[in-house]
Amino acid sequence: MGHPLVGWVDGGGKWLWGLGGGRDRMAGMSLVLFSALLFVGSFGAGLLGALTGLGGGVVLVPLLTLVFHVDMRFAMGASLISVIATSSGSAAAYVREGFSSIRIGMFLEVATTVGAIFGAFLAGKVPTRTLAIIFGVVLIYSAWLTWQHSRRAEEAVPVDPWSDKLRLSGRCPDGQGGEQNYTVCNIGGGFGMMAVAGTLSGLLGIGSGAVKVLAMDRVMRLPFKVSTATSNFMIGVTAATSAGVYLRRGYVDVGLAFPVMLGVLAGSVLGARFLVKTRVKVLRNIFILVISAMGVEMVVNGWLGKL
Amino acid sequence: MKSVLTITLGKAMLRLDDRRMQLVLSRLLQVGVLSASVVVLVGGVMYLVGHPGAGPADLRVFTGGTPMSLREPGLLVHRLMAGDAAALIQVGILILIATPILRVVFATIGFVRERDRLYVAIGLFVLGVMMLGLFKSG
Repeated sequence: MGHPLVGWVDGGGKWLWGLGGGRDRMAGMSLVLFSALLFVGSFGAGLLGALTGLGGGVVLVPLLTLVFHVDMRFAMGASLISVIATSSGSAAAYVREGFSSIRIGMFLEVATTVGAIFGAFLAGKVPTRTLAIIFGVVLIYSAWLTWQHSRRAEEAVPVDPWSDKLRLSGRCPDGQGGEQNYTVCNIGGGFGMMAVAGTLSGLLGIGSGAVKVLAMDRVMRLPFKVSTATSNFMIGVTAATSAGVYLRRGYVDVGLAFPVMLGVLAGSVLGARFLVKTRVKVLRNIFILVISAMGVEMVVNGWLGKL
Repeated sequence: MKSVLTITLGKAMLRLDDRRMQLVLSRLLQVGVLSASVVVLVGGVMYLVGHPGAGPADLRVFTGGTPMSLREPGLLVHRLMAGDAAALIQVGILILIATPILRVVFATIGFVRERDRLYVAIGLFVLGVMMLGLFKSG
């Protein structure tokens, strides 16, 4: 730890451990205090994740490894469980409103679940420092994607001839009380990207919602709300697939998972409530900074073999 | 909560179009996450109360991971019967993992009732991969 670029994360960690008497006297901190701090940290991650629409999962693993000094594998286990909870919770609302496409979701889950098994398999083979580096790169990349999002160029893409044959074309509310029809472009490209999303999910214990939205929004050219809603709908299935593998490997520590899962869930429920009232743009920029800093710190720590 | 699910499912059997399916799946997800959270919360409180004055487990180094008694279903039930808090949290986690699996099952049942063979096959495939993740050793 202690890289000058991102010393603030380290500082936070030192401060936290200071409460319990320092990192090396971990046993000095009471279980209740440790669980409470985990809950508060996860609550913050869930809140910020929901407010910015990026999901809390992506900052959980860095939070747990960099600040709480938890082993990557335990952090990934707790993160994956939390991801199932938050995505299923928000998917419930989206599905009811009719934004999630059950068929598109199911079709693309073929790719994400196979990817998830592959990713979870790889996670057991790859050293944790390599996982940390990959994680950092993914964080930096998603920060960059979010940054780019506001200035997208729109060029015409032909509708995929399989859109109707695979019954992927559908309808969703148009926001003015009526319904709008949509079709799907570049199904093969979207499918391939979903396999990547699934692999990352199983490999790193995240929901990879950003990649899923990217695949549906930019590649398959679905309406944005359909993309985010269907992504949430799919994250649970993808994560549950690799969660089985994680569970059998002993990555899910109950003492860690319970405050983290409850914290992220509570944070994201609250975040979703406030979503309409808050100025999202400022938060988004803050979150982008946080993600990039954590990404750099993950890469550096992985490189130095400290994770 | 079980009865709510049965009623929703019963209603859905009468007229299962896409809209119905959306409502059933939405309710299923809600009930699954809610019940899992309640079980995890109860287990978590019991866990904290049951370890007065204890320090946190050392999670800095991965040494074998979760004890086998929480991973093996038979042993888990045994610990649960003994009123073990960690086992209760684990059950909550299992309910959570079961929620998306049930979601795929229900959607596939919906496709069966719509006689949509292509999507029945797709649903069964996804289900198969999920089972592989849960039960295949290695």
